[in-house]
Amino acid sequence: MSDDIYREIILDHYRNPRNKGKLENADVTVHDSNPLCGDEIDIHLKVDGGVIKDVKFEGKGCAISQASASMLTELVFGKDLNVVKDLKKEDILENIGLTNLGPARIKCALLSLKVLKVGMVKYYSENDPKSAEQIENESSLY
Amino acid sequence: MQRSIVNSYALRNDFPIFKKKINGKELVYLDNASTTQKPYSVIDSITDFYTNYNSNIHRAVYQLAEEATELYEQSRKKIANFINACPEEIVFTRNTTESINLIAHSWARSNLKKDDGIVITELEHHSNIVPWQILCQEIGTRLEYAGIDENGFLDLEQMIELISSKKVKLVSLSHMSNVLGTIVPIERIIKIAHEHGIPVIVDGAQSVPHMPVNVKNMDCDFLVFSAHKMLGPTGVGVLYAKKEFLEKMRPFMGGGDMIKEVFKFHTNYNEVPYKFEAGTPNIADVVGFGAAIDYLEKIGMENIRRHEISLTEYALDSILSLKYVTVYGPRDPKYRGGVISFNIADIHPHDLATIMNDHGIAIRSGHHCAQVLMQRLDVPATSRASFYIYNTKEEIDKFVNAIKEAGRIFKI
Repeated sequence: MSDDIYREIILDHYRNPRNKGKLENADVTVHDSNPLCGDEIDIHLKVDGGVIKDVKFEGKGCAISQASASMLTELVFGKDLNVVKDLKKEDILENIGLTNLGPARIKCALLSLKVLKVGMVKYYSENDPKSAEQIENESSLY
Repeated sequence: MQRSIVNSYALRNDFPIFKKKINGKELVYLDNASTTQKPYSVIDSITDFYTNYNSNIHRAVYQLAEEATELYEQSRKKIANFINACPEEIVFTRNTTESINLIAHSWARSNLKKDDGIVITELEHHSNIVPWQILCQEIGTRLEYAGIDENGFLDLEQMIELISSKKVKLVSLSHMSNVLGTIVPIERIIKIAHEHGIPVIVDGAQSVPHMPVNVKNMDCDFLVFSAHKMLGPTGVGVLYAKKEFLEKMRPFMGGGDMIKEVFKFHTNYNEVPYKFEAGTPNIADVVGFGAAIDYLEKIGMENIRRHEISLTEYALDSILSLKYVTVYGPRDPKYRGGVISFNIADIHPHDLATIMNDHGIAIRSGHHCAQVLMQRLDVPATSRASFYIYNTKEEIDKFVNAIKEAGRIFKI
């Protein structure tokens, strides 16, 4: 129930988001929103040598979508793109500790991953179309 | 406080859905501006139609089809009577949205031209914005907005100013806001518009289900509303238009039932309202809508309005006593319907709705198909509780307790 969803850590990331803001000279910037509820997320990535050197997000929306985005930036910061491109929805739900969300709210939790995957596709499509296609095919999040 | 004479506790027995438990709790349904629950009489009338009368209408001459036609046309008469119109002024559509699109297509497209102004308001639902944007893109008409003030009231001066400008040729506005509950001074606006020779479309999706609406007194040229927001089934909408408008309007869709005679290269159209009902309509649900009208008339629209004023006053008093709650829209229940939009400190409406759901309470969260209004209020979303005949003060107490519970969970 709600006490299990809105734990201290979710409220903390919602109210004190990590890596929030714009990123100057980002290699990739992606925006998406959930038309159903209006949650919005922008993700900016700086990539160097196949590694995410910096990541920032901007957004507005519910505690679940914003905390999830904040926690996702912490998860992928400094990570190899090969690791990031294999992230599954289960990894994200586990990362934020919410494995019992209903079908409507799960979209809030996964919006940032969706945006990140689109960003990866955008990044790869310029120099590695095969990986771009692989991510696109595996990105059926819902 | 006005005493409510609708006995909602007794009425609830007429609605089978209230036997359902949500998370082990009794269902507290506060999303009535979106759609309403259905009484047995409506559900049974649909079953009865399919069980005893099912056949197609208007064409066949056998008894079953005559009975089905009679039931369908009886519903039209009930609805006409409900808003004080003539049956031939009632066109069945799928919903309010389709009714507005029908007017945009069949009236506005032929009667407006480039640079003509269409006035709507900042209170509108997307269904009274997007069809006009499409028309503007296609024929070059211009969309104008009458604004609202800080308390959610329509800026009447601005509305009058727009109406008086020579370019404006159509006014289309909601009678009651689906977000703020604001009831606009519709008769006054229509009177002024008519003095300038401008027809008025009234979006009655929120008003017709909740208060007496009389098209003759109001003198609107068009009135649109939906069955499902007034105890009826989904899939049935109404377009009321003055007969002289309907008669001059082009058909909306072509096909069966809307024709008198079809030749190889031309067609003579059927009389109104049939000219606008192409193809087999939603017969069973129209019949179900008739049963909903019977149910509402038994209670009386004045009584329903009084009940909702009483609930709204009680709810506003309760939630405004919580210092972390912001309520949008007029405070005085006389000027508003039973629709309350609010926000609680930094709790996003979706998070509040999730917490409410733990308690079996259904409220709406989001932009309520009124993003222009959200932009005006400068909020991304609101929570919304909206009432109907079966809601009780006890349910409002549960709702207010759930708000307090959300405050606890979010450590406000």
